[in-house]
Amino acid sequence: MAPGLTEKHDRLIQRARIIQTIRAFFIESAFLEVETPQRIPLNAPEANIAPILSGNWQLQTSPELAMKRLLAAGHANIFQISHCWRDEERGRNHLPEFTMLEWYRSHCDYSQLMTDCENLFRYLVPQAQIDYQGHRIVLDQPFERLSVTEAFARYTDSNPQQALAEDRFDELIAFTIEPRLGLDRPTILYDYPAELASLARRKTGLPELAERFELYIAGLELANAFSELTDPEEQRQRFCKEMASSSASENGQPLLPEPFLSDLLKMPPAAGIALGVDRLVMLLTDSRSIDQVVAFTPEDL
Amino acid sequence: MYSCSDLKKGLKILIDNEPHVIVGFDFTKPGKGQSLYKCKLRNMVTGSLFDRTYRSGENFVPASLVESDMQFLYQDYSGYVFMEQKKSEQTVLTEDVLGDDKYFLVDNMEVKVLMFDERGIGLTLPIFVNLRVTVSDPWVKGDTAAGNNKPATVETGYNLMVPSFVDEGTLIQIDTRTGEYVTRVKE
Repeated sequence: MAPGLTEKHDRLIQRARIIQTIRAFFIESAFLEVETPQRIPLNAPEANIAPILSGNWQLQTSPELAMKRLLAAGHANIFQISHCWRDEERGRNHLPEFTMLEWYRSHCDYSQLMTDCENLFRYLVPQAQIDYQGHRIVLDQPFERLSVTEAFARYTDSNPQQALAEDRFDELIAFTIEPRLGLDRPTILYDYPAELASLARRKTGLPELAERFELYIAGLELANAFSELTDPEEQRQRFCKEMASSSASENGQPLLPEPFLSDLLKMPPAAGIALGVDRLVMLLTDSRSIDQVVAFTPEDL
Repeated sequence: MYSCSDLKKGLKILIDNEPHVIVGFDFTKPGKGQSLYKCKLRNMVTGSLFDRTYRSGENFVPASLVESDMQFLYQDYSGYVFMEQKKSEQTVLTEDVLGDDKYFLVDNMEVKVLMFDERGIGLTLPIFVNLRVTVSDPWVKGDTAAGNNKPATVETGYNLMVPSFVDEGTLIQIDTRTGEYVTRVKE
C-alpha cells in the first residue's frame, strides 16, 4: 500500500463531503454544472504556466476557454469541478495534476464573485470558524478587501510598479505579503497590474489595473478571479504579449485558440473564478501539505 | 547541468565555485506568477547556512565530490597530512576543516576524506577510537556534583568525563560521533 494511505482515510472521506457540499451550493444557487474536454488543442497562452502535452494536443491547465464559450452560447451561470495539469509544479501546496472548481456568472463583475466566496465558505463551514495550522479564522463578518497597492504599502518597502520594474513582484507577494494574508479572517487581494492578468478586463478609468482578485485564508492562496475581458482584439494582443515569453508558435506565427477568440464576440459581460479544491480541503482538514488530501501523489504511483 | 526542477534536499551544486548542499527546499508559485524555488543551502567547505531563491530557467553545475580512503600520517605546520592508500598521494586538511575531529586522529588511522576539486573538505572518522588518558586526578569521594564521573584529558589534548575507576595511563574507547567515553580497553 502507498505510504500514508491508511492515515489519509479520514481526510479522503472529508474531501468527498466537501466536494459534494460545493456541488450542493452551486445547484441551490441555480448554477448549471458543465463538463468540458480535458484534452484540448491549445490552452490560453500564459507566460508562467506550462501545459502537459498529450499527443499533438494538451491537457487543460484550466477549463477557462471552454467555459467562456458556453457563456457565449447563452449559459448564464455555470460551474465545473475538473482536473487540471500544469507541468513542473510540485511543492507543499502544488501538484502537477490537481482539482479545480471554476464558476462563471454572466452580467456580473468580480465584486459579485467576492460575495460568492463569502457565501460559499459560510455554506461549507456552518460554524463559521476555521482552525488552520495554529490560526483561527472567522467567517461570520465580511472578508477583508485589500488592494494590491495597499498590501505593498502595508507589508513591503516597495510598490507594485517599482517591484515589477525590479522583477521583485512575485517574490514580494510569495514571501512577504502572502504569509500575512487571511490570518484572522479571509483576505481578498484585488486590482492587479494589468500585465499580470492577461484574461481580465481593465479597470474603468484606471487602465493600468485589471479587475482581478485572489482569495487568501491563513496565508494560503485559494482562488483567482477576474472580470472577464470580452474584447477579442484586445484579448488577441494580450495573448501575443504572453507568448513573447513562451514558446508556442508555428512558422513564426503565434498559435492562438482561434475558436475561443471568435466566440468571445458573442460573450456577455461576465466574471469567472478558479478555486483550488485540494487547497480548500487542506484548509478545512487542517492539513499542512497537499499530499495529505489526495489519495495518491505522482511519487506514489 | 541541473535545472530548477532537479532541485531537492540533498542535491550538491556549485555556487561561486564552492560546493553547496541543499538542506531545505520549498517550491512556491504566486498566482499567475513565476515558479520560485526557495533553497536553504550549506556551504560544504565553510559550513555556513543561507537562503537563496531561484526561478525557472536557471541552471546549476553539479558539485562532484568523492570520498577517498586515506590514512592519517602526521601533523605539521601545513596542517593534518593524509595519504590516499591506492595512489600514494598526500592531502592536507586544515584545522578549520577538521574542527573537533582533530582530537580523534591517531597515527595510521584509516579514514574517509571528502574531496572536492583536489581539496580535502571533510572527514569521516571510524565510529570508535582508542586513546590513552594522560591526565586525570583521582576521584574524590563525596564529590557528588559530577556523579561518579570525573574530568580527564587524553593524549590528543581532548577533555571529557570518565568514570571514577579510570586512572591515568588507561586506554579508553571514545565514540567519535558524540565525543563521549564508551569503555576501558583491555591491553
